[in-house]
Amino acid sequence: MRLSDFVQHLINAFSLGGIYALIAIGYTMVYGILRLINFAHGDIFTYGIYFAFYGVTLFMFPWWVSFITAIFFTAFLGALIERIAYRPLRDAPRISALITAIGVSFFLQNFATVVFGGRAKSFNPQTGMYPVYFLKILKLGDVRIRLVTLITVSIVAISLLVLVWIVYRTKVGMAMRAISKDIPTTRLMGVNADRIITYTFMIGSSLAAIGGILWAMTYPQVYPYTGMVPGLKAFISAVVGGIGSIPGAMLGGFILGVSEIMIVALFPSIAGYRDAIAYVILIFVLLVRPTGILGVEVSEKV
Amino acid sequence: MRKFFLVVLMVSAALMFAAEVTEVRIGAGWEMTGPIAGFGQMSWDGVKLAMKLRPTVKIGGKDIPVNVILLDNKGDKAEAANVARRLIDMEKVVAILGPCTSSCALAAGAIAEQKQVPLVTNTATNPLVTQNRRFIFRACFVDTLQGKLLAKFAWEELKSRKVAIFVDVAQDYVVGLANYFKQAFAKFGGKFFEVYYNTGDQDFSAQLTYALAQNPDTIFMPGYYAEIALISKQARELGFAGNLLAGDGADAPELVQIGGEFVEGLCYTTYFHQDADLSPRTKPFVEAYVKEYNRRPDAFGALAFDAYNLVLDAIERAQSLDPVAIRDALAATKDFAGVAGMISFPSDSGDPIKPAVIIQIKNGKPELKTVVRP
Repeated sequence: MRLSDFVQHLINAFSLGGIYALIAIGYTMVYGILRLINFAHGDIFTYGIYFAFYGVTLFMFPWWVSFITAIFFTAFLGALIERIAYRPLRDAPRISALITAIGVSFFLQNFATVVFGGRAKSFNPQTGMYPVYFLKILKLGDVRIRLVTLITVSIVAISLLVLVWIVYRTKVGMAMRAISKDIPTTRLMGVNADRIITYTFMIGSSLAAIGGILWAMTYPQVYPYTGMVPGLKAFISAVVGGIGSIPGAMLGGFILGVSEIMIVALFPSIAGYRDAIAYVILIFVLLVRPTGILGVEVSEKV
Repeated sequence: MRKFFLVVLMVSAALMFAAEVTEVRIGAGWEMTGPIAGFGQMSWDGVKLAMKLRPTVKIGGKDIPVNVILLDNKGDKAEAANVARRLIDMEKVVAILGPCTSSCALAAGAIAEQKQVPLVTNTATNPLVTQNRRFIFRACFVDTLQGKLLAKFAWEELKSRKVAIFVDVAQDYVVGLANYFKQAFAKFGGKFFEVYYNTGDQDFSAQLTYALAQNPDTIFMPGYYAEIALISKQARELGFAGNLLAGDGADAPELVQIGGEFVEGLCYTTYFHQDADLSPRTKPFVEAYVKEYNRRPDAFGALAFDAYNLVLDAIERAQSLDPVAIRDALAATKDFAGVAGMISFPSDSGDPIKPAVIIQIKNGKPELKTVVRP
């Protein structure tokens, strides 16, 4: 492989891995706090794209206004789902909440099919989704980088920095970390746990919306099942990195992105089985290190 | 009192069975949602128009209304089999229309064959769909033919010498068409190599970086429109300037909607184009379609329209609603004037021999390039 091809693959890998990382954080934050795997997260990602799409096509917003409103609406959707579907089950067995999450996922997919239609919508400059100059291609020797890829990588980096700042440098973040350790004690300290949990869902969902919009700019279509595969891959990333750990989710996302691209690059004959490779990585990590790469062993509270 | 109700119930039940047939129930199982929802939706639009133009069948001198029961198979093989089972067992249909894709038609066909109900697919082109099956028919051509035509077109018209073939390993249609293309293209002396992906993949950057490093002059994508649009877009962004070629799986408006300027110049084979004069019924169909939907007709709708009329013709010739009798009448179809060409079924085969249409995307519109007759 020529060096320029390798660099090309690496850039593709970072753009894909970055989006996985953004979605994976949503899984990992919710799991860290509620011990709940929010299977509806991939569909929240889909709705983020739909909101952005309809902001432009239906409400005639300029693209950037539409993107920002879409992020807010998706955050509220996440909070709404938490309020309706998960809060009533806070004290129920964990399996009930898990099944509810799967139910919410099915509901969101089918609701989108009925309301938005089963056919794919195109997310293109032609439909005004983003300006044409985003399609520009920068050439560095033989390496071709799309402007969208650069934008994706930088937005991912900014979002991750903001997230780390929120979680580790603000009061809300401190409360989140406290809740993930022990909810009743945190309540005794005068923290409104329900509100913090709502914030967590909002942050996770807005990151999913950002990931969704970036995804749609690269792969310009949206249909009710768009979020299924990226959602699943992000979930695997979260588990590989150590579910419950935010740096773990970032690391897991990049590991998955790089390995998916590199395996296709190095062994093109098995490229059709790329999805299987993600699962092989998952099984391997679960066998060797069940808590994930950066996960910490948590002893079950009795 | 109780006895009275029992008697009423029995009498009404007896009446129901004795009553004349009040409707002809035909099943339709199509890809209405999922990654290839466009195919199912276009097909259903074709059938809706066909029902409007021909709402009844004549059996024994009486006009009996036709009722088409539509179920969604989500583009999923397992769902396609479930849909066929439900249409036959619960809805008691006498014949089934659809599915569009070969993988789904294979799954649904297995059920229809076993339960002895005729199934007419509008666009499933893989040869295995009808092979060794008595009850399965299609309104389109077969991939053995399509592969040959595409190879000839690539060699002679596009002057392709080295082709990168993008194969979707999850679709019987794609694997099959790629193979028939390769066989024919190798006979011309052309070079080719394959790269693989899976239905629903959205990122092809790794495959493309690998493929473009070998300098092909043509990329052939025997897959479905969503992936074709994305592969074309990403190939052009990575600097590919050669030809783009595809099969009938490209034929959906989403190709241009998703692919935008990147699919400009792409050529593909399909079954129908409004400017191709395929049969005396083509023109009236185009006019009726434009009047009904206010857009240009597509190949999937046209063939679904033909499939519906094929079944209705068979019922009228059989003068019966027995699925086996309808099957025999279907197999005897000769010189049926479909809107996408004449259909005759050779003895012991559900595969008609039909012309293919080659289309090129020009200024964002599918324009007729040529009609190839076998």
